[in-house]
Amino acid sequence: MEGLERIIREHPFFAGLEERFTALVCGCAKNVRFEAAQYLFHEGGPADEFYLLRHGRVALELRAPGRGAVTFQTLRESEIVGVSWLIPPYRWTYDAKALELVRAIAIDAACLRRKCEADHDLGYDMMKRVMPVLVQRLQAARLQILDVYGSHG
Amino acid sequence: MGDAAAFAADRADPMVPRVARVRRRRRDGPLVWTLELEADGADPGGFAPGQFNMLTVFGVGEVPISLSGDPAAPDRLVHTVRAVGPVSAALARVEPGGAVGLRGPFGAGWPMAEAAGRDVVLVAGGLGLAPLRPALYRLLAERERYGNVVLLYGTRSPDEILFRREIETWRRRLDIDIEVTVDHAAGDWHGHVGVVTTLIPRAAFDPLHALALVCGPEVMMRFAISALRDAGLAEEAVYLSMERNMKCAVGLCGHCQFGPVLVCRDGPVFRFDRLRGLLRTKEI
Repeated sequence: MEGLERIIREHPFFAGLEERFTALVCGCAKNVRFEAAQYLFHEGGPADEFYLLRHGRVALELRAPGRGAVTFQTLRESEIVGVSWLIPPYRWTYDAKALELVRAIAIDAACLRRKCEADHDLGYDMMKRVMPVLVQRLQAARLQILDVYGSHG
Repeated sequence: MGDAAAFAADRADPMVPRVARVRRRRRDGPLVWTLELEADGADPGGFAPGQFNMLTVFGVGEVPISLSGDPAAPDRLVHTVRAVGPVSAALARVEPGGAVGLRGPFGAGWPMAEAAGRDVVLVAGGLGLAPLRPALYRLLAERERYGNVVLLYGTRSPDEILFRREIETWRRRLDIDIEVTVDHAAGDWHGHVGVVTTLIPRAAFDPLHALALVCGPEVMMRFAISALRDAGLAEEAVYLSMERNMKCAVGLCGHCQFGPVLVCRDGPVFRFDRLRGLLRTKEI
């Protein structure tokens, strides 16, 4: 458990996490690995875990008619996969696929949500960590929508 | 930018085009063509990384195009053009041996002298890699003069990666960091996917001793500058290449006026703090 605590504390997503919160998060965490081409989760499925990447890259994909799977973002070590776990209705809105061997810490989302409800200080801390990720991804999506590299860019 | 002034000063009449011949023509992406020109019977002179030429397709019109070749080989005047308007499309169709008009080089280039001794981060978006390529040639030719050299390049999709073979060659060097990302990709692409700004927080440079050279669509440059600031780089250490409707190229006609500056004469490369505020002004 101490090894898991250290990994969680050192992951950039949890930088500066208070010790009492680290223990709470750690109680919901486990080590996982995914082989290349294995899916972490699929669109529409319950967002019951999210992942702190330690090694390897993950592609976030959407399926479009006639185009198959389109990757709109890749994530790598020190980033997190999955933000829908904190926002109702707690369902994934895309597929996540390992591009190579991926090692990660999986956080049981239902477990952490329960702890957030019981301790709003923890909940607020989690919100402050997830919101910047959401905002960065929103800004990236805006740039992608603008298609700035097109002829009108 | 001193050498840019020297190259611009020795032209007798900057409004009179010389005749140049297309020596080579290569497709570099959907609608993107690279033309290598040779000026008829004239001393090729030279150019500074970041400068541009005015190219004429006779009977069609004239457009400003950045030099995208090696400044150490000034007899090969390389330009990369996207065929999107009548003139650029006509230019892209000129076959080897065909004649075009050539005026230039014009404008202020990248701050190569100021970059000496510092880390250099080049942030390129789409066709914006073309005006940055001469700077990269210079950095690699004089590699010992600079600290870390980092190229962060983003484009729309894998088949639109500009100068792909050359990027792959540069990547094999051990003295430059190169990251390429695309906005979206199908399953056969194994590189990064995401906007170019997401590469900045991981780039290996010392923000207190670095210069950033940024070129791409204006929106992309705004976001890139914001990410560079977040990474600790001062606004005075960020340079960007602006694109406007250059016509005379010597600061007389005013077509490329951008607030208090004329892009053809005062740019196209500007230190960011000179344009602060203007980039977000809708009216200009």
